[in-house]
Amino acid sequence: MSADDGPVDVPAIETVRGAGIPVRGNDIDTDQIIPARFLKVLTFEGLGEFAFFDQRYETAGPDGEGGQVAENPTDHPFNDERFRDANVLVVNANFGCGSSREHAPQALQRWGIDAIVGESFAEIFAGNCLALGIPTITADSEAVEALQDHVDEHPDTEITVDVGDEQVRYDGTEIDAAVDSAQRQSLVAGEWDTTALLGANPEEVAATAESLPYTEL
Amino acid sequence: MSEGTLYDAVWDRHRVRRLPSGQDQLFVGLHLIHEVTSPQAFGMLRERGLEVAYPERTHATADHIVPTDDRERPYDDDAAEAMMQKLEENVEDVGLTFDHPDTGRQGIVHVVGPEQGLTQPGMTIVCGDSHTATHGAFGALAFGIGTSQIRDVLATGTVAMEKQAVRRIEVTGELGEGVTAKDLILTIIGELGTDGGVGYVYEYGGSAVDALSMPGRMTICNMSIEGGARAGYVNPDQTTYDWLRDTDAFEDNEERSSSSSRTQSGDDPEKFAERKEYWESIRSGDDATYDDVVTIDGSAIEPTVTWGTTPGQTVGISEPVPHPDDLAPEDRAVAERAQEHMGVEPGEPMDGYPVDVAFLGSCTNARLSDLRAAAEVVEGREVADDVRGLVVPGSQRVKAAAEREGLDETFRDAGFEWRGAGCSMCLGMNDDQLVGDEVCASSSNRNFVGRQGSAEGKTVLMSPEMVAAAAVTGEVTDVRELDAAPEVAR
Repeated sequence: MSADDGPVDVPAIETVRGAGIPVRGNDIDTDQIIPARFLKVLTFEGLGEFAFFDQRYETAGPDGEGGQVAENPTDHPFNDERFRDANVLVVNANFGCGSSREHAPQALQRWGIDAIVGESFAEIFAGNCLALGIPTITADSEAVEALQDHVDEHPDTEITVDVGDEQVRYDGTEIDAAVDSAQRQSLVAGEWDTTALLGANPEEVAATAESLPYTEL
Repeated sequence: MSEGTLYDAVWDRHRVRRLPSGQDQLFVGLHLIHEVTSPQAFGMLRERGLEVAYPERTHATADHIVPTDDRERPYDDDAAEAMMQKLEENVEDVGLTFDHPDTGRQGIVHVVGPEQGLTQPGMTIVCGDSHTATHGAFGALAFGIGTSQIRDVLATGTVAMEKQAVRRIEVTGELGEGVTAKDLILTIIGELGTDGGVGYVYEYGGSAVDALSMPGRMTICNMSIEGGARAGYVNPDQTTYDWLRDTDAFEDNEERSSSSSRTQSGDDPEKFAERKEYWESIRSGDDATYDDVVTIDGSAIEPTVTWGTTPGQTVGISEPVPHPDDLAPEDRAVAERAQEHMGVEPGEPMDGYPVDVAFLGSCTNARLSDLRAAAEVVEGREVADDVRGLVVPGSQRVKAAAEREGLDETFRDAGFEWRGAGCSMCLGMNDDQLVGDEVCASSSNRNFVGRQGSAEGKTVLMSPEMVAAAAVTGEVTDVRELDAAPEVAR
């Protein structure tokens, strides 16, 4: 770090409000969220349109000329007009398992997702979401499935994801939810972009480095 | 919470301070980077006017997009060429050690680190790749990170992490003939589930783990993430030290030492002894406390394969594919979808399931010993008609060593393609991909739908020996029976 860097300004995230979009199923892996062929990029720009790409078309794949074949759209929620303006993704268990690709939450965020409610999340995925300021809030399977059903029937329902109070609220229903404690503190304090925080004590870092028996050159 | 484990010791030695969030700031001993997850991090660094804090602890290679057939520059694939150029540019700007293909050291990041001795016990190791857990085989604390965290590590040499619980996985007995580390880890994931390890670091031990070679230990640690655990490790022992002594880091060989990373200490035997003192000091104590202990009978494991589309959907080769109704309620829907995708029938064994492609490669199983074991099965046999066989060594050095032993000829004579080093068909980011609904017998780590490059493709995970057996018979085959009846091959 050079000395004159101030912290990057990121907002505190206490609550996220908006319409929901249910993507059902356990063990939805990052290869489903963003297939590896879309990782051949130097920036994350434009990844939003490829979120769940291979789930959204019966026939999907590279066209051999640098473009994509996308034929016969499926009934995947990301194709459903009713959910086009949704920003709260509602998922089931072990969402985001598999690779460490940050391209997965980047694609979801660029599609429009600001918060994810689920039964459980894979660890690296949840960490990557935090680094982008996307809360991953968990609740039990009955509550999550009820929310998915409700959103399916009433897509315009406003959902409130309350990170600080660890609650998800919609249409008079209050779900007791959980947010990992470090995630909650980081989001609520607006300290989820950790580069400045970690760069604040270079002497202390150097001292730790020197105390290790393997760091001599 | 755990106490007295290797995890506790390494964590404590690397902790810089407690952060306001309750996470710890951890010093990173080795940061491995590759072409897919690093360019955006370097971009963010430039945007913020930051520099790389510890270039001497950062090491680069190229693996995911590197072609394995025609490696002439520029690459045929423009996107791959652009990614390679960006890595070359970033490495040049910062002055990082880079296992460029021209060096003869290029390979999969989790193969090159251990083979050069960059990976050592008691280190913290991170990489923008979930299979970073591989390095835990040496008693390092190694885990995958995302691109924003890569930015953090580049800029500060540290990462923000929460300490996790430690689960000891005690594997008793010994693995039988024809049963490998791959079968062991597939069994563990099958028993504990793909999310069983969330919140845990796995410590693998017990007689069956102690008996494993370093490549075997790398195979099990590699797939910790498939079981939901971000990191897994084995306590270092004589097997570990013997491997390390032969690497560039410690080998008494001037030429190799000068070409190795600056992060290493050269060829001084005293240095090895000093390091070994540290390595011994961080081992889990006999009186260590674990948050959980699971015991697995290693003697009961048979060659194991996947039948579905998650790495937890596994079955012993002689066992029938389970009926979804017999599984836990939360696993049924996933199982039904998986069986439909794979076209497998509950009640039938995977033995005899026809394959179109045999892929021997990946950070899980593409080390020299993996190639040797597969070559032994292939020797004197031929790849079955209509099966495409692909051998992709884990690194250029693995490839060169295999060629010195004539393994390339064994594979070529049998009808396999002998390729250059890279990630290849494990995830299909280069041209090595399944086509249509091809079925692949694969020594890789993930059988997710679409993983190998085709949305209709089907992956059956197995050991390198089992891949070799499937290649020569054209169907999933118990390698032990193949050995007993060599006339099966034509």
